[in-house]
Amino acid sequence: MAPRSSRPQLKIVIVGHVDHGKSTLVGRLIHDTGSLPDGKFEAIEAMCRRRGMPFEWAFLMDALQAERDQGVTIDTTQIRFTSGGRDYVIIDAPGHKEFLKNMITGAAMSEAALLLIDADEGVREQSRRHGYLLHLLGVRQVAVLVNKMDLVGFDAGRFGEVVETYRGYLEGLGIAPTCFVPISARDGDNVATASRRMPWHQGPTVLEALDAFRPLDRPVDRPLRMPVQDVYKFDARRIIAGRIEAGRVRVGDEVMFSPSNRTGRIRSIEAWSVPEAPREAHAGQSVGITLDEQIFVERGDVMSHLDDLPVETNVFRGRLFWLGRRTLGLGDRLRLKLHTAETDAQIQSIERVIDTSDLGSREASEVERNAVAEVVLRTRGLIALDEHEQDPITGRFVLVEDHIPVAGGIISMEGYPDQRELITQRSTNITAVGHGVSRAARTGRSGHKGGVLWFTGLSGAGKSTLALALEARLFAKGYEVYVLDGDNVRGGLNANLGFSPEDRAENIRRVGEVAALFADAGMIVISSFISPYRADRERARHAVERLASNGEGGLSFHEIHIKASLAVCEQRDPKGLYQKARAGKIAEFTGISSPYEPPEVPDLVVRTDLMDVEECLHDLVAYVEQHFVHQR
Amino acid sequence: MRRILCVAIPERQPMDHLDTLEAESVYILREAFAKLDNLAVLWSLGKDSNVVLWLTRKAFFGHVPFPVMHVDTGKKFKEMYDFREHYAREWGLNLLVEPCPPVEEMDPTLPPAARSAARKTAGLNLALAKHGFQGLIAGIRRDEEGTRAKERYFSPRGEGNRWNLKDQPPEFWNQYMTSFPPGTHVRVHPLLHWSEVDIWRYTQRENIPLIDLYFARDGRRYRSLGDQDITSPVPSTASTLDEIILELETTRVAERSGRAMDHEAEDAFERLRADGYM
Repeated sequence: MAPRSSRPQLKIVIVGHVDHGKSTLVGRLIHDTGSLPDGKFEAIEAMCRRRGMPFEWAFLMDALQAERDQGVTIDTTQIRFTSGGRDYVIIDAPGHKEFLKNMITGAAMSEAALLLIDADEGVREQSRRHGYLLHLLGVRQVAVLVNKMDLVGFDAGRFGEVVETYRGYLEGLGIAPTCFVPISARDGDNVATASRRMPWHQGPTVLEALDAFRPLDRPVDRPLRMPVQDVYKFDARRIIAGRIEAGRVRVGDEVMFSPSNRTGRIRSIEAWSVPEAPREAHAGQSVGITLDEQIFVERGDVMSHLDDLPVETNVFRGRLFWLGRRTLGLGDRLRLKLHTAETDAQIQSIERVIDTSDLGSREASEVERNAVAEVVLRTRGLIALDEHEQDPITGRFVLVEDHIPVAGGIISMEGYPDQRELITQRSTNITAVGHGVSRAARTGRSGHKGGVLWFTGLSGAGKSTLALALEARLFAKGYEVYVLDGDNVRGGLNANLGFSPEDRAENIRRVGEVAALFADAGMIVISSFISPYRADRERARHAVERLASNGEGGLSFHEIHIKASLAVCEQRDPKGLYQKARAGKIAEFTGISSPYEPPEVPDLVVRTDLMDVEECLHDLVAYVEQHFVHQR
Repeated sequence: MRRILCVAIPERQPMDHLDTLEAESVYILREAFAKLDNLAVLWSLGKDSNVVLWLTRKAFFGHVPFPVMHVDTGKKFKEMYDFREHYAREWGLNLLVEPCPPVEEMDPTLPPAARSAARKTAGLNLALAKHGFQGLIAGIRRDEEGTRAKERYFSPRGEGNRWNLKDQPPEFWNQYMTSFPPGTHVRVHPLLHWSEVDIWRYTQRENIPLIDLYFARDGRRYRSLGDQDITSPVPSTASTLDEIILELETTRVAERSGRAMDHEAEDAFERLRADGYM
């Protein structure tokens, strides 16, 4: 036999309705393959004798005192055994409805499943639900074991009935089971050896069914997907860390990070304590890479090649199982986790609730605990994802409430466009017109560089006051300067936009693009918008940097936090907006009913609650003179 | 902009079983580091926690970017203390050594060895209170013992660091529980899916340093290292890594059989774990 560590390993889960014999089957499998530690069988025998009960195989798995007392397996346990030159890790998933979350924990990490049905009781609620969940969780290899054949006199007819009923159900899901096996787990019939009591069964035993399962292939040939886990700067290297979930990547490849939409070239694949630095990495590996140039990348971005990008969206369809203690309702807000991305999400609609017993569906306004439903989710910011059909790993999500995972689901984009097209892609037949007047020429005439001073801060922090005062001060000093604010943008350029989260994002996007053009024209632009979301400000920065990279550089973006505490802003309340927001007359008011994400690393912070206007202006002018004046 | 294809595509290096285990553990360690404030790793000086430190250096490219804590009963073997001092220096660890209260302060209803082992739990709980760690990385494995088999990779601990094994959060699709209500913390278990022989194979492949007590001397060796007075060596002639691996391929004696506390009562170990033992 090959040494254990080089033998292949397969993770399997055993599911089915409560009391249909899962733990017994596991005990039997371990014993019949000679995988029990010495003395364990005898210890359980002795324990059963002490308690005056017949030998119970399930005690092997049910190692916990509490379980023995209740006689129910509570949680997923894992036990290994070996058969046919392969190691199996078996996960005994409980059948009690109460413990569905544990069944999901077990099944989600499995490559194949054994699904048990009691021959006497037949197909029950959990038999169907577990079949459906295996499908949702992505377990595609399923062998169905019809257990307790001893209770039905090893009757071929009864076996046929159960098979007929359940096969029909699985076919409705699109699952073709690898086989159906009639067994008696307690007595070992058709488990490790063919049963002499069921000579009519021509198919495989359980062990043969297991040996027919195939390990899952690593998706090395699918498009590259590496969700960014973290960016490390422990030493001189700036390493982008993550696990490659699909595809492969090589040193020299040009890659894009979505949804920040920055590109870079792989300079190195980093590894510690390896004989030589890798030149390539592929699906399944946890890696670190460095890029040719420093671009802004953060956790939650997905690295891909440029010719096969993930979807960018803030709305998608999810087919989910709901584990929360309460019912899930329309408009509910939860935390969404999707690969390494995390964001707030809202249930925009509940399309239908699926009845797992007959696969029928009905319209509903809420989702009961342990039910399966199709919903539409809207997230706060854009995230990069794939349809589950395209990539199962970047195409599935988990919802969290009060710190606890309460749902898992798979993604479809049916009826929703990829917003990458809408937001970032410029028509391919437009070639950037090379300007006849160089940036250096503009700078040479005005004496300063173009750029954007992006003011961000709460309503009432003093953005507009400072923007207009700074504009006047700089103009007097001879700068080409212009303020963009709600007053001159909302009336025309953005007249078609309201105040929904989408419209606000689009408002800021347009301001960012216009600011970038003004800056390219050589001006200093002061933009004065609350712009509460980091993602929106990052996009504005990107708009400037994109133009800068087209020309000779020299354009710059400066994030300036005009800062005062919420209490101070609310006290000032120059437009009476806080009062209205508190009274519930304004929905989604930043700082009251909608979040403000302060800059993480602002280029400048101006504390209007600690300094008077003149002191603030002094700091701002000094900053401009330091960063914009052309060095002759 | 087009991706530049390499001229020759090298033959794909398949990942073997150890590579797969390593990649999963590295992912878990990075998740813990990215999501948890105030993280530390437990170092018992044994083979498993040495592998955890090694994997940490793999995950963070040679660095161990959080404190390494040894909860010291004061009753370890001399070889273990020498090992600790040597490698703490060589690996540049931020080592925290935390003491344990005397046995007299432990629950007198526990059997003797479990009572002795409970000191470590008490020491650990004191250290947690002292440093306020939100996350604690521990090198336990599912195949060691029945209750550990039920663990999660990210296992939340409630008030008093207690483990509520009957109501654990679901854990699937590599989405771990990484945020918590105040007053709770999480145990992170990057080796949960490893087996004992995996640990040895990996130790051999990576050439990870090891305390000599694991190798047979005079016909006995330690399979698991605890306190001197409650750990016994098992009969063995295995004096090299190869021989240890060969022995494990064929043995059917449980790994913790030399740990007295596991055998005193059916639920002794479970009671220790519910109170916060690793």
